[in-house]
Amino acid sequence: MATKNPTFSRPWRSGTDHFPDVHVLAVDDSIIDRKVIERLLKITSCKVTAVESGSRALQYLGLDQEKSSPDFVDVDLIITDYCMPGMTGYELLKKIKGSANFREVPVVIMSSENVVARIDRCLEEGAEDFIVKPVKLSDVKRLKDYMFGPATTIHEDNNKFNNINKQDKGSFNKRKLQQMSEISPSNSPSPSPPTTSPSPPTSASPSPPTSASPSPPRVSCLSSPSPPTSASTSPPRVSCLSSPSPLSPSASPSTPPFSPSQLDSPTMRLKVTNSDEA
Amino acid sequence: MASVSQLQRQFVEYTTSLYNEGYLDDQFTQLQKLQDESNPDFVVEVVSLFFEDSEKLLNNLATALQQKIVDYKQVDSHVHQFKGSSSSIGAQRVTNVCVHFRNYCEEKNLDGCLRCLQQVKHEYILVRNKLEALFRLEQQILQAGGSIPMME
Repeated sequence: MATKNPTFSRPWRSGTDHFPDVHVLAVDDSIIDRKVIERLLKITSCKVTAVESGSRALQYLGLDQEKSSPDFVDVDLIITDYCMPGMTGYELLKKIKGSANFREVPVVIMSSENVVARIDRCLEEGAEDFIVKPVKLSDVKRLKDYMFGPATTIHEDNNKFNNINKQDKGSFNKRKLQQMSEISPSNSPSPSPPTTSPSPPTSASPSPPTSASPSPPRVSCLSSPSPPTSASTSPPRVSCLSSPSPLSPSASPSTPPFSPSQLDSPTMRLKVTNSDEA
Repeated sequence: MASVSQLQRQFVEYTTSLYNEGYLDDQFTQLQKLQDESNPDFVVEVVSLFFEDSEKLLNNLATALQQKIVDYKQVDSHVHQFKGSSSSIGAQRVTNVCVHFRNYCEEKNLDGCLRCLQQVKHEYILVRNKLEALFRLEQQILQAGGSIPMME
């Protein structure tokens, strides 16, 4: 049985400097967030399939049927919201990690709630990363950088993108300095990294190329118009009251206390969360 | 009729005041970064989705809080959605009210919830009006042949 190469050892294409075939499956019940994440991903040269629920995602991946091998769907990354009605992002993560075909696909969880226990649980279950909403361009770029090699956005000659890169680098550095000064010096290395940590962006591992089949453009938006929610007919929604969450940092006027963008490993991120939640 | 540079100045002043007064936060700037020649209406499109979604949510909230026996989980779930969507477009004041709103849901405090509903509706209407005004200004500038100033 051919093993699918771990996605982050995909060769970095130095020549073309863009990644036409990174296909991301985005899962979010909010139509606004779907639109934003789709745009964020497209702007970083990813192909995007956006769906509105975990069950639609499983359907797309062919994991909802009993039959073992669906028409092969090539997905390089799955990014999903945590809090969704029906199936949570966590449940979706478990199903994906439990599947033969997709267990090696990196899964990133997004959540507006910055809860350590939640982050822990997701990472333990095999999530690659955890992004606190609202998602920014720098979050997506960083993700793409360490997963698929140093990312340059499409339209290299497009000045606007160069400006964006410059702007982001600027704010990246400012925030990084801010965050670094907030990190407690008493941080000890975490006991066990939950997942294989992604290598830093500079390592362009010269691994053998993945299946050379040229992938046709695969941009599609599967977010089917769902019936308008009205109080009487809306399905039971997942309540996030269960975990004792502190006042969400996203309410504060400035950016959340920490941003994962600046930190290298998921475990480092957890340390910062701890100290910032106090 | 105002000149292009006058309109542009107005635009900059107005946008700045929206940030200063907390109606908008950095996330709105993020959205603007995602707009370009290939997607020239991105911000308007996202914000329009937000308006539609918000109006549904406000109705749902009103209905849910009018029930004889209030289902606070249901109310909270609507507020959670509202908090998320407002935060995604940078409507900071709306998001802030949602935070308090959720606390009242957790406490099952009906009075608190009703007050928050009024507050969140108020803040939503304010930001909606301001964004519409902003978009109108943008249109005026474009129609006068000018370009929208990039905000820092």
